[in-house]
Amino acid sequence: MSEHNQSNIRNFCIIAHIDHGKSTLADRILELTSSVELREMEDQLLDNMDIERERGITIKARAVRLDYKADNGENYIFNLIDTPGHVDFNYEVSRSLAACEGAVLVVDASQGIEAQTLGNTYLAIEHDLEVVPVINKIDLPSAEPERVCNEIENVIGLPALDAPRISAKTGLNIREVLERVITDIPAPSGDINAPFKALIFDSVYDMYKGVIIYVRVMDGSIKAGQSIKLMATGAEFQTVEIGYMGAKDLVPVGELKAGEVGYITASIKYIGDTRVGDTVTRADAPCDEALPGYKKVQSMVFSGVYPADGAKYPDLRDALDKLALNDASLTFEPETSAALGFGFRCGFLGLLHMEIIQERLEREYNLDLITTAPSVIYKVNLTSGETIMIDNPSNYPDPGLIASAEEPMVTAHIFTPQEFVGNIMELCQDRRGNYIDMKYLDDTRVDLHYELPLGEIVYDFFDALKSRTRGYASFDYEMKGYMPSKLVKLDILLNGEVVDALSFIVHTDKAYQRGRKIAERLKENIPRQLFEIPIQASIGGKIIARETVKAMRKDVLAKCYGGDITRKKKLLEKQKEGKKRMRQLGTVEVPQEAFMSVLKLDE
Amino acid sequence: MRGIYIHIPLCLRKCPYCDFYSVRYDDALAEKYVDALIRNFKSGRYKGLCADTVYIGGGTPSSLDEKLLDRLLCGVFDNFKIDKNAEITIEANPCSVSEDKLRAYLASGIGRVSFGIQSADDRELALLGRLHDYDMAEKAVLAAHRAGFDNISGDIMAGTPGQDRESLLKSIDRLCSLPLKHISAYMLSIESGTPFDNDDIRAQTADDDKMSELYLAMAQRLEEKGFCQYEISNFSQKGFESRHNLKYWLGEEYIGFGASAHSLYAGERYSVPPDIGRYITDPLQSEDPEPLPYDEKQEYIMLHLRVKSGISISRICELYGNAAADSVYAKAQIFEKNGLCVINGDSISLTASGCLVSNGIITQLQYECDMHNS
Repeated sequence: MSEHNQSNIRNFCIIAHIDHGKSTLADRILELTSSVELREMEDQLLDNMDIERERGITIKARAVRLDYKADNGENYIFNLIDTPGHVDFNYEVSRSLAACEGAVLVVDASQGIEAQTLGNTYLAIEHDLEVVPVINKIDLPSAEPERVCNEIENVIGLPALDAPRISAKTGLNIREVLERVITDIPAPSGDINAPFKALIFDSVYDMYKGVIIYVRVMDGSIKAGQSIKLMATGAEFQTVEIGYMGAKDLVPVGELKAGEVGYITASIKYIGDTRVGDTVTRADAPCDEALPGYKKVQSMVFSGVYPADGAKYPDLRDALDKLALNDASLTFEPETSAALGFGFRCGFLGLLHMEIIQERLEREYNLDLITTAPSVIYKVNLTSGETIMIDNPSNYPDPGLIASAEEPMVTAHIFTPQEFVGNIMELCQDRRGNYIDMKYLDDTRVDLHYELPLGEIVYDFFDALKSRTRGYASFDYEMKGYMPSKLVKLDILLNGEVVDALSFIVHTDKAYQRGRKIAERLKENIPRQLFEIPIQASIGGKIIARETVKAMRKDVLAKCYGGDITRKKKLLEKQKEGKKRMRQLGTVEVPQEAFMSVLKLDE
Repeated sequence: MRGIYIHIPLCLRKCPYCDFYSVRYDDALAEKYVDALIRNFKSGRYKGLCADTVYIGGGTPSSLDEKLLDRLLCGVFDNFKIDKNAEITIEANPCSVSEDKLRAYLASGIGRVSFGIQSADDRELALLGRLHDYDMAEKAVLAAHRAGFDNISGDIMAGTPGQDRESLLKSIDRLCSLPLKHISAYMLSIESGTPFDNDDIRAQTADDDKMSELYLAMAQRLEEKGFCQYEISNFSQKGFESRHNLKYWLGEEYIGFGASAHSLYAGERYSVPPDIGRYITDPLQSEDPEPLPYDEKQEYIMLHLRVKSGISISRICELYGNAAADSVYAKAQIFEKNGLCVINGDSISLTASGCLVSNGIITQLQYECDMHNS
């Protein structure tokens, strides 16, 4: 076996709260290591998807190998692994972190520590990563690097006095960051002679190569042509190509060795076979034990997704198929609604994941969608002793069959300027939250700690939080198991008929309020009909709220003068066109907007 | 049998709510225009066709003097085979007729005269910009009656500026006391680009709620007075329905002559450009427009539902098939339950309340048919 030196390798990631400059710093690093010619620079290179660039978020992990000539004259190989920063992707983040020895923590010099800063840092520390704090955006007039430095020391407990103060935007002091990566982050220390063992931290589907798995090699080495085994799924493949991720292209190499980050292709057809967190080993010479921390990703939030135009159902199916090729955490199965026709019940990691998928379906696949209210998974204990999991209100059992019910809870941290504490507490109270504690981050900002039902968060909580804090609060949460709850299924009736797409599961105490609000919202969004239409909210057949869509008063062309019917014909054509944007529910015409309006009830 | 429509786009003064094509009347122009019409009758492809209704509309046809009108009617009789029981109508403005003129009209062959009365309230008439007051209108109707017209129609308008329910019903009562056999009752609609198209007028005019209240009150009062509603805006004593106008709604043929006139002939719909100068220069251009094929499937429901006789389920079945007829029937039952239509054996017809929202009903039923046909 050839000499293998890991001491000049550094594997690290960048962690930050949204908008604190993670991707911009990554861009600058790429530029500085001359991995990318300036003319090829496109802002936020690692974020490949339009949606990532626009929203300034990272959805998929990316990795890139960089060559850096340090001040000490030595050449280093950097593997920069970009991580998604959002709680929805916490598991993916944790796997990316597990592939690194260190993390560069970016904190905005004017915003200071936010909820995700803390969440991500704790996650990094949990994984024994060396954390290098960096204070960014010091070029801003509002920058307060001293205050932020204190926050990092006091709140996180990391020494930050000599943290590089940089501007990723202008390129100031970026080299200092890279030098710190070399001095502060340890080199990998895998055993080159042990059996091959690598961690999958991401995978993408390529039309020609099949699934490309991104791995961090822990021990041993792998060459093209050797057979591999994915330990969680047990699937075996013959490797076709191995290499590393250059800034622009994949670069094939002869061998990937302990401490290195690279990719493997092996004619793998289904991304589901290559689960993030799984361990890759040699099929013929396997390692004894898989890497710790693997778990199967589970959908947390479910929603019905329907094409606005029923004829587009096959297009929606194709689009979901394609998205799922690259996103093993997206699940979907066909679902039929009397109101909305044919569609899919989709499972998502969380709210952001759901929004992103919906947005990608609409933008990249040109689909007009109607989605139903997001639901979490409820645990229902039946009188028969059986326990069932319910993610779709349509499947909610008859109240007579239910012994008890449980709902998923989260613990949430909300970082906010002090002045909004009252508003936020009111909101959390309204969302059935349990206050845990409150800590001062500094003189003006606090960390509010609450336990909240996940079902309340998926329901327009972010928007409500933003509007109550003028956008100043940040929010992070993690799952915390199930708790007994008093749940009911709320139905909405139009003209006496239940509209399945509008049913949802809700806590008893909130049913009346929610039912009334939905009825009101529907009334506002359903145009006058040919005759009066009652809108009712009901629980188990009992009406708890009622509104009425008024009858249209006048819609007539009085004259057909001189046999000129063109005007009338045009008008009716236009009305008929308008009908296409309506859903016919029995005798009621419901515009698509009405279905969407009930998804955001917070004023 | 088909009808002949002759458009006289000439007015002494344009009413501020009107958006039909017309130009200012002048003697020389009237003469040239009638000449053009007659040239059109003579040399066009319609020469020799049969018709059992003739309708001279406008504009203001009564702005033509009796001699000119006689020449026009001679042109009609010379060039077409007009049924001896034909209904021949002229629209008249109360201030442009006299008993003598009306006698002359009768002698020329006119059998029915339709007066644009609009209201019995002088203040409302002034706000509408009409040249007449109610006294003139009443005199005109009585003069026509004395002159020998039995079949007289009057127009009335609901929802005009300054009008309320009481004054509308009073106008109806006064009209009904005149020797009228037919009343056309319209709801004022403010058309864009007309002088009425402004906020000030809108504020004085009935809104949709008020308008529907007025319309229903009007329909009820007219029925009480013995005028049966046979179309959305038309009421008559038994046997005095406008035979000509019914052709428009029942998909029968009519040939329109004159600038901006519309025709349905030989399976095509077409119209003459609204340009009197061009018409006078070359009246035969009316035979060279861009016709649209007449498609009964697109128009049957829309037109027939306007009329009392309504649509026929069996016809729907022939046009669109059984499934369409079934769902039309199912929808009609719901409409009937809500007082919008009446199902009578094979026919579905609108009630007055249904007429008020007829666009919605027509679109809904047409949608059902289209669904089963695509």
